Amino acid sequence: MRIVVCVKQVPGSSEAKIDPETKRIVREGVKAVMNPFDAYALEEAVRIKERLGGEVIALTMGPPRADIALREAISVGADSGILLSDRAFGGSDTWATSYALSKAVRKIGGVDLVICGKQAIDGDTAQVGPGMAAHLGWAQATYVMAIPEVGEKEFLAKRMHEDGWDLCRIRFPAVLTVVKDINRPRVPTLKGRLAAQKVEIPTWTAQDVGAEADKIGLEGSPTRVVKAEPPAARNKATL
Amino acid sequence: MLANTEALRAEYKNVWVVAEVLGGEVQKVTWELLGAARSLADARGCELWCVAMGDGVAKEALSIRGYGADVALVVDDRRLARFDDEAEAAALVRLIGKYKPEILVCAATTRGRALIPRVAVAANCGLTADCTGLAIDPTNGDLLQTRPAFGGNIMATIRSANHRPQMSTVRPRVMNALEFDPEREGRVIVESLLEGESGSLKTVIEVFHEEENAVNLSDARFIVAGGRGVKGPEGFKLLKKFADAVGGAVGASRAAVDSGWVPYSRQVGQTGQTVQATVYVACGISGQIQHLVGMQSCDYIVAIDKDPNTPMMRIADAAVVGDLYEIIPALLKELART
Repeated sequence: MRIVVCVKQVPGSSEAKIDPETKRIVREGVKAVMNPFDAYALEEAVRIKERLGGEVIALTMGPPRADIALREAISVGADSGILLSDRAFGGSDTWATSYALSKAVRKIGGVDLVICGKQAIDGDTAQVGPGMAAHLGWAQATYVMAIPEVGEKEFLAKRMHEDGWDLCRIRFPAVLTVVKDINRPRVPTLKGRLAAQKVEIPTWTAQDVGAEADKIGLEGSPTRVVKAEPPAARNKATL
Repeated sequence: MLANTEALRAEYKNVWVVAEVLGGEVQKVTWELLGAARSLADARGCELWCVAMGDGVAKEALSIRGYGADVALVVDDRRLARFDDEAEAAALVRLIGKYKPEILVCAATTRGRALIPRVAVAANCGLTADCTGLAIDPTNGDLLQTRPAFGGNIMATIRSANHRPQMSTVRPRVMNALEFDPEREGRVIVESLLEGESGSLKTVIEVFHEEENAVNLSDARFIVAGGRGVKGPEGFKLLKKFADAVGGAVGASRAAVDSGWVPYSRQVGQTGQTVQATVYVACGISGQIQHLVGMQSCDYIVAIDKDPNTPMMRIADAAVVGDLYEIIPALLKELART
């Protein structure tokens, strides 16, 4: 079983700063961590690997320093990490991001399962997982709260809905996004942390994964942020 | 690219709402979306269509029309009885190619947020998630989509100028439905699911609806939520009684969920659900920022806590200092009397 887990490096606090010129989120000078939801995706992938064998590859797209999130992933059981990093990816929206990540999954090759967190806490869109499934032409299951059975050609996934849940039988390969109900992630061991620091993390560029220039970055993104501002303040309390 | 834009804009017209369908019935959030989309269609001088996919949805055409749609586009098929996002996406992409809508709106529910990203990628369109505001730019007719990001700390406005349709998911309970009018006129277009669009990738084999949570959080007008101050699962039974008495739903803070007192499906906040209730009663919830971003857009917030100085007590519209184990039973007694 070859499982890719997509992780994202996000600001450690949800205090967002906006560059007044570019309307883009200022990520410099903010402590970076791995998106909390991705820990559940990783844990589930590692548990499947421990049961059935195989490997878990952590994949991220981001600036050169996004290897921090990959090392965090390796410290809790991922076998290796791949950093997708290129100036050409800058400004990618969820369409372009899911395209770039799907190209990386193709390049890795032989992947049975891609697991993502249900969403990232900075963008909150939850669009990259199903977007990747569409680019790859694979099955998808979102808000997965349990994977009760993993077979040779198919597996079972329980999806959470507002009004209950449903259980799906899904053919490999597939893309899943998971919610925090699915497991309790393990804490990295000191040995894991040390190993993660030493691992060589390859950086792949747009050219390396064969991403077409007009499908990535700002040009490849169908959406544009035209305005970003703090929300209107709430009325204060009457005690 | 820009040279093509004018031709693209001219080719695509009409506003579509993709209905939220459960067990063959169109859900209330769809009427809210139709209300919002009606003004978009009027601003654009075009038609409002509602696409309903499911088993038995043909019977919903009258309601769809009554809530504001000019056209009900119906795909009524037994294979769509359960939520098969791959099948619905395949059908929707085909229908978009056939009828070319300029705007497509869907509910930001677990189903909508699974379906529409798949459609947007396949149809090569921009998609904005979880919108709380939609408007037409009077200068060029583009859709301006406003959404919260960074856990609600930023409102971003997003445009998709060079791609059609422009797609958004919209949060439940943000938009207002029109008054139902059985006299409204409209047409019905029937389309079918094609061979090969369903069943090859995934089969839904079992479905479970929580009876107990008949009122789910995102739909609830009245939410009684508990935090660490509730002190245990027993306390949540009291909150449930209170919620039942007022036809509301029970919510919880992360602290209560992590302690195992209530399931995760009840969690409100950044890592749970965002709610838009009319009344939100926070019982023993201190009000960490991660919780506040999930409920601060509720209309009226009541906080009950022994400590008057918590963040929740400060933002509340009514802050009650005291023991929730005394206050809630007293409220229940009062409710029973009236």
